[in-house]
Amino acid sequence: MGELIARTPLDGFEPLTIGDVTLSEVDMGVLTSVAPYKGQTKAIAAALQDAHGMAWPAPGRATGKAEARAIWFGRDMALLAGPVPDPSLAQHAALTDQSDAWTCLHLSGAGAEAILARLVPVDLRGSVFKRGHTVRSLVQHMNGSITRTGPQTFLIMVFRSMARTLVHDVQRAMESVASRG
Amino acid sequence: MRVAGKGLIDRSRPISFRWDGTTYSGFQGDTLASALLAHDVRMVARSFKYHRPRGILSAGSEEPNALVTVGRGADTDPNVRATVQEIYEGLEARPQNAWPSLSFDVMAVNDLAAPFLGAGFYYKTFMWPGGFWEKLYEPLIRRAAGLGALGGEAAKDQSEKAYAFCDLLVIGAGPAGLMAALVAARSGADVILADEDSLMGGRLNAETLSVDGQSGHVWAGQMVETLRAMDNVRLMPRTTVTGAYDGGTFGALERVSHHLSGVPEGGVKDTFWRIVARRSVLAAGALERHIAFRNNDRPGVMAAGAVRAYLNRWGVAPGKALTLFANNDDAHRTACDLLDAGVHISGVIDSRPDAQAQGDYPLYAGAVVTGGHGRKELEAISLKTQTGTERLFTDCLAVSGGWNPTVHLTCHMNGRPTWEPRIASFVPTSGSIPGMETAGACNGAFSTAACLAEGVAAAQASLAALGMKSASVDLPVAEDTPYAIAPLWAVPGKGRAWLDFQNDVSVKDVKQSAAENFASVEHMKRYTTQGMATDQGKNSNVTALALLADATGRGIPDTGTTTFRPPYSPVPLAALGAGAKGKGFAPERFTTSHAASVEAKAPMVEAGQWYRPSYFPVQGERTWRQSCDREVGYVRNAVGVCDVSTLGKIDIQGPDAARLLDLVYTNMFSTLKEGRVRYGLMLREDGYVMDDGTTARLGPEHYVMTTTTAAAGQVMRHLEFVSQALHPEWDVRIMSVTEHWAQFAVAGPLARNLLSGVLDDPLTDEAWPFMSCGPVSVLGVAGRLFRISFSGEHAYELAIPARYGDSLFRLLVARAEAMAGGAYGMEALNVLRIEKGFITHAEIDGRVTAGDIGMARMISAKKDCMGKVMAARPGLVQEDRPQLVGLKPVGPVKQLSAGAHICSRDEDAVPTDDQGYITSVGFSPTMGHFVGLGFVKAGLGRHGEVLRMVDHLRGLDAQVELCDPVFFDPEGGRARG
Repeated sequence: MGELIARTPLDGFEPLTIGDVTLSEVDMGVLTSVAPYKGQTKAIAAALQDAHGMAWPAPGRATGKAEARAIWFGRDMALLAGPVPDPSLAQHAALTDQSDAWTCLHLSGAGAEAILARLVPVDLRGSVFKRGHTVRSLVQHMNGSITRTGPQTFLIMVFRSMARTLVHDVQRAMESVASRG
Repeated sequence: MRVAGKGLIDRSRPISFRWDGTTYSGFQGDTLASALLAHDVRMVARSFKYHRPRGILSAGSEEPNALVTVGRGADTDPNVRATVQEIYEGLEARPQNAWPSLSFDVMAVNDLAAPFLGAGFYYKTFMWPGGFWEKLYEPLIRRAAGLGALGGEAAKDQSEKAYAFCDLLVIGAGPAGLMAALVAARSGADVILADEDSLMGGRLNAETLSVDGQSGHVWAGQMVETLRAMDNVRLMPRTTVTGAYDGGTFGALERVSHHLSGVPEGGVKDTFWRIVARRSVLAAGALERHIAFRNNDRPGVMAAGAVRAYLNRWGVAPGKALTLFANNDDAHRTACDLLDAGVHISGVIDSRPDAQAQGDYPLYAGAVVTGGHGRKELEAISLKTQTGTERLFTDCLAVSGGWNPTVHLTCHMNGRPTWEPRIASFVPTSGSIPGMETAGACNGAFSTAACLAEGVAAAQASLAALGMKSASVDLPVAEDTPYAIAPLWAVPGKGRAWLDFQNDVSVKDVKQSAAENFASVEHMKRYTTQGMATDQGKNSNVTALALLADATGRGIPDTGTTTFRPPYSPVPLAALGAGAKGKGFAPERFTTSHAASVEAKAPMVEAGQWYRPSYFPVQGERTWRQSCDREVGYVRNAVGVCDVSTLGKIDIQGPDAARLLDLVYTNMFSTLKEGRVRYGLMLREDGYVMDDGTTARLGPEHYVMTTTTAAAGQVMRHLEFVSQALHPEWDVRIMSVTEHWAQFAVAGPLARNLLSGVLDDPLTDEAWPFMSCGPVSVLGVAGRLFRISFSGEHAYELAIPARYGDSLFRLLVARAEAMAGGAYGMEALNVLRIEKGFITHAEIDGRVTAGDIGMARMISAKKDCMGKVMAARPGLVQEDRPQLVGLKPVGPVKQLSAGAHICSRDEDAVPTDDQGYITSVGFSPTMGHFVGLGFVKAGLGRHGEVLRMVDHLRGLDAQVELCDPVFFDPEGGRARG
């Protein structure tokens, strides 16, 4: 019998540092989309709190901490990132395994905002887009999810198949920002 | 020439550059224009149409004459304004639109023929013969008239696009803009201050005025440093706000490294910004206008304010014996500043009889300049004084017809400016751009004190609208000289008096336009080309319409202005399309088997954004057909493996999941048993086929739908539309899982044997009949297995979380090879499905009904479905519609080609006799001949008929027999067995 080897979307990608900003692939653990059924939003919020100790995220918000987050992911939908979803959630929401569907990168450093300003047509200024804020928007030509996880750190997610394009586009923006000194 | 002790240039930093093949030197802080004027280079260009010698007119982006080409080859930037281009070490610039040289330009013969070449000449002359315009006249005229040319080599993508957001965008960093930015910033607002110039300060850098007892430029410099030190202020020098758009969005072009010797590593030449501002302040200043008189375009005739700017900012006197022609007091500053700097003033001609001299210079009050003399350089001017005519020798005439507020941006959302008689020009109409205040000279406030005060007021109004409290700021003390002007547009007289230098439009042209009844200002603009293109009315707009008003007997307010359109100044297309070249054009989507496929030397083809292997060559194969035939053989005789992950996969869950499927599919899915798969057909609302695919029922309320690769996005959108807009009451949730699962087709007589080796549980026909599905364990990993077939063989699709995709693909292929099979690509996949008559989007191309593909009975009579009503329209069910048929060659030519048309054997191959067309073809090694699918009128009932296939593009003409689309195993026993 052979062994199946797991590979990340950017298998073998070493953290890329240009100027004061670093781009690195991050393992978010299990990713599960949680889409509550009709009238179940309160119930799923309670179940999420009970089972995973985090609040149901309002639109544009992410709750939880580094190892376990609930990221707003679109209309009536959150992405539970980290833990295996507790079975109790399934009573109130459609759960779909998305663990392998997304390329997850951290962009970290003082110039991160300036870099994303070249890729994402959304106001990501620190005064507006604070830690725990998230948005579904464009990353250059790709559909993506951007979350601020720290003062100078963003989580960027695009489809797994577009991993290389994401690195290409972010790297180009990193180089441009770095060239300005 | 340089004037000692003047200017803001850094004389300790000399810079050498090349102009028209000659090396010159300038200083840090010089523009190309100021450096050339310092060397007394007067003529720098030939005009657009008549190739007249032209010199530098202005000191800003409004420059109509000094358009030059910078750089060479792929780095060529044509049509750069010399007045904007900062010099750097190694800068290489050259004139354009002149041949063989600037000094001797053959096309200057146009100028002699000018009586025939006036406005409207082309329209009247090149009318016939009809076809000649496009083929002969226009190319000739375009070659003769023109601007610069591109380098002829593909340029690197050295631009970028970016987004910025702020509470307040201040456009223009003169006294008004600086004050507005300071007040807003001190009040806590997030401020962006953008200015075209490399040095912020606006006219303060070009004047000798003082603010708060300091030199204006010193005060401006301190203001800029104060703002730079604030965290909530972003200074954007070299940034032109080019357009105002909806929702507080502005376009802006930042010239990032045009002032540097080469683009820094990883950097860009230009950044095109989209700035979203909650409020904005326009403090764009004013542009000085010219006065039209004969030969007023001679090199050496300049704008008075520009002459002052060259003196005060760049320490350059553009002549040795200067003269001034004006109709307002402001222009006299030029004479005063020049005198103070020790430059000789030959005379000041002021058209106002009551004009007063403001310094020790000869004043000709109530006089006008009637003409310029000299050809390549101004040598003298003719005057008409109150007593007679005179001639003055001069090499530089500074002209001022007054100032026009820069109202452009306020007109970008269809606003019209308001005529203000006090300044004989237009001012912005309040409210033209939502959220925008206007301040300073662009608002008609021409004294420094008024600009400073308006800047403060504009900031206060903006802050109030933002709900922010305004910080108190002391208003600096500055001059508050009243603006005195008496309009003078053109000096009457013989000869051509120029209005629009960039487009070579004269006073006569405007009058001609009125005479020929192109009397509306928009008609005049198009008839004469005045103010068109990159000029956007900067130089001559007000003067031209004043002359038109005069010629038509209407007042100026009634005549109105033409439309100012974005961009305010030219934006390179490279900047607008930044990042979209090469790899940036579109995302590249790679499957998990990509690396293994590339290692196997498979040519990758694009399927939408996906890359898929075309075929997997082995040693000794010389053509793709050999590979394809071999791969088809794998599937028909042994086992083949193909990555089908690109097909759309949509997870559908909820109590109403079955209802949703019953509505979007023509056939029934609520009756599908758990653990089973069904083929489904989907219609658009208009009744045509949208997509097809299989849907599996994983649980009572859980389905997973498969779409084609091409329509994955469209189907997802369709499901969102139906569930959100048509049946929001349904309890169903949908989610794409395309990217989570890597999915591989394993097809062929040995498919079960192959899979048995990787599945942890036995794979039996009883447990896994045709069209079954369910969870499986793949070497310890949870996967999904579907027993479906797109090849007609005993086949499965095995899905596994994508992280294992690469590993599983390599394993499956290795095992298949051990069984005399292997990987197959798109070519073989296509042949296999054509042999079985399975459709793809080559067939369901959006014009095809269910009936056309022989699936009319798939529209269930028992229920409603999307598109059902519209599919019953007479035109969609009529019997002679083209219907799906199989095609095989029967004549001496044994080839078929996709895209070929079908006609009767005894008819001409012309569109009126068209019977149908071929959608897919492939050589079938199984059948031993070409097989094809196509659509032929009423084809379902014409099997056996022999028709003719004509492909005019490939020069093919063959006899084809219509047949059942299923060529191979029509009973379907192989897939079930």
